Amino acid sequence: MADAEAIAVQSVWRGGEHPYSIGSKKLGMWLFIISDALTFSALLMAYTYVRLSTPDWPKPFIFNPSIIFSTIMTVCLLSSSLTMVMAVHSMNHGNRGATVKWILATMVFGLGFVGLHLTEWLKLIYTEHVTIFSNEWGVPLFGGTFFALTGLHMTHVIIGVIYLGIIAFAVGRGKFKYEDVEVSGLYWHFVDLVWMFIFPLVYLMSARI
Amino acid sequence: MSSPVVAAHGAPKGFIRRYIFSLDHKVIGIQYYFLAVFSVFLGMALSVLMRFHLVYPDAKVSLFEKLWPTGAPGGIMTPELYLSLMTMHGTIMVFFVLTTAPQSGFGNYFLPIQIGAEDMAFPVLNMLSFWTTFLALVVMVAAFFVPGGAPLSGWTAYPPLSAVGQLSGPGEGLGQTFWIISIAIFCGASLMGAINFIATTIDLRARGLSLMRMPLTCWSWLVTAILGLLGFAVLLAAGVLLLLDRLAGTSFFLPAGLLVNDQILNHKGGSPLLWQHLFWFFGHPEVYIAILPGMGVASQLLSTFSRKPIFGYRAMVYAILGIGFLGFFVWGHHMFMSGMNPYSAFAFSVLTMSIGVPSAIKTFNWIGTLWGGRIRFTTAMLFALGFVSLFVTGGISGIFLGQPALDLYFHDTYFVVGHFHMIMGVAAIFGMFAGTFYWFPKVTGRFMNETLGKIHFYLTFLGVYAIFTPMHYLGISGNPRRYADFTNFDFLGKLLPIHTFMTHAAFFTAAVQLIFVFNLFWSIKKGKPAPMNPWDATTLEWTVPSPPPHDNFAGKHPVVNHGPYEYSVPGAARDFIMQSDPA
Repeated sequence: MADAEAIAVQSVWRGGEHPYSIGSKKLGMWLFIISDALTFSALLMAYTYVRLSTPDWPKPFIFNPSIIFSTIMTVCLLSSSLTMVMAVHSMNHGNRGATVKWILATMVFGLGFVGLHLTEWLKLIYTEHVTIFSNEWGVPLFGGTFFALTGLHMTHVIIGVIYLGIIAFAVGRGKFKYEDVEVSGLYWHFVDLVWMFIFPLVYLMSARI
Repeated sequence: MSSPVVAAHGAPKGFIRRYIFSLDHKVIGIQYYFLAVFSVFLGMALSVLMRFHLVYPDAKVSLFEKLWPTGAPGGIMTPELYLSLMTMHGTIMVFFVLTTAPQSGFGNYFLPIQIGAEDMAFPVLNMLSFWTTFLALVVMVAAFFVPGGAPLSGWTAYPPLSAVGQLSGPGEGLGQTFWIISIAIFCGASLMGAINFIATTIDLRARGLSLMRMPLTCWSWLVTAILGLLGFAVLLAAGVLLLLDRLAGTSFFLPAGLLVNDQILNHKGGSPLLWQHLFWFFGHPEVYIAILPGMGVASQLLSTFSRKPIFGYRAMVYAILGIGFLGFFVWGHHMFMSGMNPYSAFAFSVLTMSIGVPSAIKTFNWIGTLWGGRIRFTTAMLFALGFVSLFVTGGISGIFLGQPALDLYFHDTYFVVGHFHMIMGVAAIFGMFAGTFYWFPKVTGRFMNETLGKIHFYLTFLGVYAIFTPMHYLGISGNPRRYADFTNFDFLGKLLPIHTFMTHAAFFTAAVQLIFVFNLFWSIKKGKPAPMNPWDATTLEWTVPSPPPHDNFAGKHPVVNHGPYEYSVPGAARDFIMQSDPA
């Protein structure tokens, strides 16, 4: 056995290690993020494809109020990323109370985003008569792409809020480790990052200037 | 000495936790395997019905009427029923057999043991992944029983046919909706499986098992998992959009002014080509998902039974990686006939041809492995050799189809059907047969019957060549695919005897598979008892009892000192050195 160990030590791989110190859970979340990023990329590619092949794509978002409103939503989501960073930071220092508070703040911002987003949806649907299959500008795919992209993103935000709720509950009761909070943070930042693509491509590029 | 990464979960108690909702990767692997066995026989039965109809289109079979009262009124199969059989045959075979058994079945069972781990990295996710796949299969089979029956649009589900709903035919109502939902569920299951396979391979390898000491099976499972992780994500997005087109009235895949059954549809602005791009971005990597694990098994077996190291281990690894990487840049070769810019077609064609390089590296390395070896012709080895044969045959017709100029002619003919059945269907299934005969002693502690196995191999080998070789001639003669009946076309009249021959070959080959089923179940109970390492193989699964205990290595952590294929090492006491032997 001693000989075997001597040789094994010479080998690059010593076993029982995590390459680059990334734990299995974190690696799993990164892999999920890669996969999910491709799902969103496919939707964005579909959006680009139909938009480029439509000569008069509508640009209905007036600066005041539409763009201002969506900017507030963006700020809301970005703030939630900041509070999430603080949550991970607190957990790293072993401060569970602060972690729970910061996660709750993140959830509030997340819910705020969802609330604002739904307000915007309802306004589009009832005031401007934009639905997923028709609108007054004669380009039904405007609503199709808009609701598909933002809907899938909003689903991710809602799932994220529930996920963070579970994490906060467990952390408050003394369960879960630093890595669990960090992994949930990864998911949350990813969802924010997706919005950083949707906001310019769906909102700013359809702004009426 | 560092401790293992994953905390072991205790041995399960009770029947349900042990055999149904089990967390043990071995039980889950067997569950996947039998799910695939069920699916492959269902899919094969459908293909036999299709072949029957092609040759005897007017036959009255009361069984058809009992099974499909509207699809076969008076016992005569309608073209719509034929198309729905074709769709379900393709879908079940591609998703629930070729994607499921080689990767999730064999991979689940043997990846952790071959890398010296106690289980997968995420056992609960593993269980969820199987039961999600099971749910997807239930939903898919349910499509047969909804009003209108199963969908008509093929396993590729091209819109507009798949997007416009009931109007375009029976089966395009609820049946197609079920199909899409099943595929979406399957995407979720594949995602979970892929995450698990990658994390397991990266994190849980035993001491000394560096990446370049992994058996080629593990390499192919790893790369297959990466392909699944990336490919199914895009299929999921495409499926969601197709579902929206059908249920929410959007027009992603539907252009304006579409006339279906004398009705102008109220859709506008979309493009059926968008579906083809999204689908084939998944669909081409999917064919490597089906074939790569087979390549891994073939490499493993050719080396073991030739008693020689695999020829060019590193080249094999780089070839697997190269095939996986290039697989994402060739989806356009399925779309040469879609009005593609000829310059794009040229680019896709060059990339497609370039996949021939790693494929040829693998083939020549297999031949190099056999060269001068002391070959043991076991049934498992015969199937591995059959795999190489089928892979070469199917690969060469791929070179033809990858040329836009030739594809203009071959597109949508039986040439294509022959090509992909050879390389993706039958070759992958030979890989599964080879794996079954090779690992059966480890899983059950008994051998499968070699005599029956050899009879099964030779008859199957002849049978599949008899079915699929004539398809190439049919294709060159201009015989179109996806037609339910060839008897009404003058220009096809002279080809009908070939169809008759193929149909009888299909009946024969399907019947021969009963030998395998008998052998499989008989050997579980009555097979000859097998020792721990019956094939004199080197990898870690042959260092544990058969069947392996719950945590594989009984609490010990194996240490790896050797590469995976150290056969006939000069000066060694035996003609093989196991990976865990002292250095």
